[in-house]
Amino acid sequence: MAYSEKVVDHYNNPRNVGSFPKDTPGVGTGLVGAPECGDVMKLQIKVNVETGLIEDAKFKTFGCGSAIASSSLATEWLKGKSVDEAAKIKNTDIVNELKLPPVKIHCSVLAEDAIKAALADYKTKHSAEPAETT
Amino acid sequence: MAVKFPIFMDAQSTTPADPRVVEAMLPYFTQKYGHPASRNHPFGWEAEAAVDTARGQLATLIGARDPKEIVLTSGGTESINLALKGVADMYREKGNHVVTTVIEQRAGLDVTKRLERQGIEVTYVPVQPDGLIDVEQIAKALTDKTILVSVMFANNEIGTIQDIGAIGKLCKSKGVLFHTDATQAVGKIPVNVETMGIDLLSCTAHLMYGPKGVGALYVRRKGPRVRISPIIDGGGHERGMRSGTLPVPLIVGFGKAAEICREVMPEESARLAKLRDRLQDMILSKVDEAFLNGNPERRLPQNLNISFAYVEGESMLMGLNKECALSSGSACTSSTLEPSYVIAALGASAELAHSSIRFSLHRFNTEEEVEWVGRRTIEVINRLREMSPLYELAKEGVDLKSIQWKAE
Repeated sequence: MAYSEKVVDHYNNPRNVGSFPKDTPGVGTGLVGAPECGDVMKLQIKVNVETGLIEDAKFKTFGCGSAIASSSLATEWLKGKSVDEAAKIKNTDIVNELKLPPVKIHCSVLAEDAIKAALADYKTKHSAEPAETT
Repeated sequence: MAVKFPIFMDAQSTTPADPRVVEAMLPYFTQKYGHPASRNHPFGWEAEAAVDTARGQLATLIGARDPKEIVLTSGGTESINLALKGVADMYREKGNHVVTTVIEQRAGLDVTKRLERQGIEVTYVPVQPDGLIDVEQIAKALTDKTILVSVMFANNEIGTIQDIGAIGKLCKSKGVLFHTDATQAVGKIPVNVETMGIDLLSCTAHLMYGPKGVGALYVRRKGPRVRISPIIDGGGHERGMRSGTLPVPLIVGFGKAAEICREVMPEESARLAKLRDRLQDMILSKVDEAFLNGNPERRLPQNLNISFAYVEGESMLMGLNKECALSSGSACTSSTLEPSYVIAALGASAELAHSSIRFSLHRFNTEEEVEWVGRRTIEVINRLREMSPLYELAKEGVDLKSIQWKAE
């Protein structure tokens, strides 16, 4: 199977590989997929608590080239978005951008799941913080 | 010597034809193009003689007593189909039970699945963690309804070589026919249908430096005389077992390939085993949590199959495939994106089944190519591990099995 140029580019030059310490304020972490299915993505966002904007994002992915590309692209798109805007990223946007073939659509679904999981984690932590400080 | 790219190290999917094979084939396209079944003119006689020579070369390579025992087919898949379906149909009166293994190649498993739908009972014997079949398990599976045992000689993914002689002996003592899918073994390691008690054997030219599109089924004629129903009807060629005009140029190439393999086998298998061992040592000494799949001793000399924990096979190939052709799982199954059922059958975790890479060497690989592939593999694994959340978790001391994974 031939990969699209964009998938190859993200595979060869993945954007934003890495990790934030999980307990850093403003960091939300999503870990989705399963090793036995051959795909695991960890996606993290770092939200500026003042502005509510995602100022940085990082990923690590165990999976095929399309999974790596989907998560790499997701981190690019997340940066600069508000939490609410980020929630609107759809897997079909990723499919279109990377020209994923039908057998690789699950990679984009997993990337959307990872975004949602990271946002949910951020929201849980963020809403819990004031309670802790009182 | 400068390395030429891309490097082919996927020689258990197919092999390049030996130039001597191609040279032998060429006259049979434009000059000696007769139909071997034409009995009344020199074109036919010439073609028939060429086919007989090739049959003899093949019979010699596998230790068959009589060249008439070689039935020419279109390849390994057809040979396996003919053996299994042909026996199941011919011996229907005698019984309806077939014993095979879980690690047969898809051609084998797909045929037995079809036979099951047609009322044949099939027992799939499991393999041990090193890929070897316990012959005792086959003995236990036999019933008075068993008509055939079919076990692959050497596995296409992990290269593990089964104790074919012991299985042949068992089958003989029980009066059960024995077929072996020897597509990966013939031409690479010694195969002898007489001393190993093989009744039917499938092989193919393109895995032994011959052309694609031709194969053979050995069908024993004496002790016992094996009979099979054809799956292709027509002019009654190949003593009625396989009709259709024989592809003479391909058959000539197949015969020549067999002759060369027989001549060079001792030297070639030693050379390839040495290169393979070098590649294995390079990788295993530099990469932690890399696991050799299959029995390290009873293994095809050109085969190396390793699972690299925390990185996925297809992504590894993507990092290598511009310069080097390798395979993750079987080439026959990689289009389905399913993990390797062979690695899974060894009892490895499903994750390691997703992480296997097969390196398979051939006659024309060089030491420089091996060094290059070894170095590049290590680089790619290290890069992908830096990108792997599983590797990170494992390095933090987290037991991956303790995590509640949210699968799709």
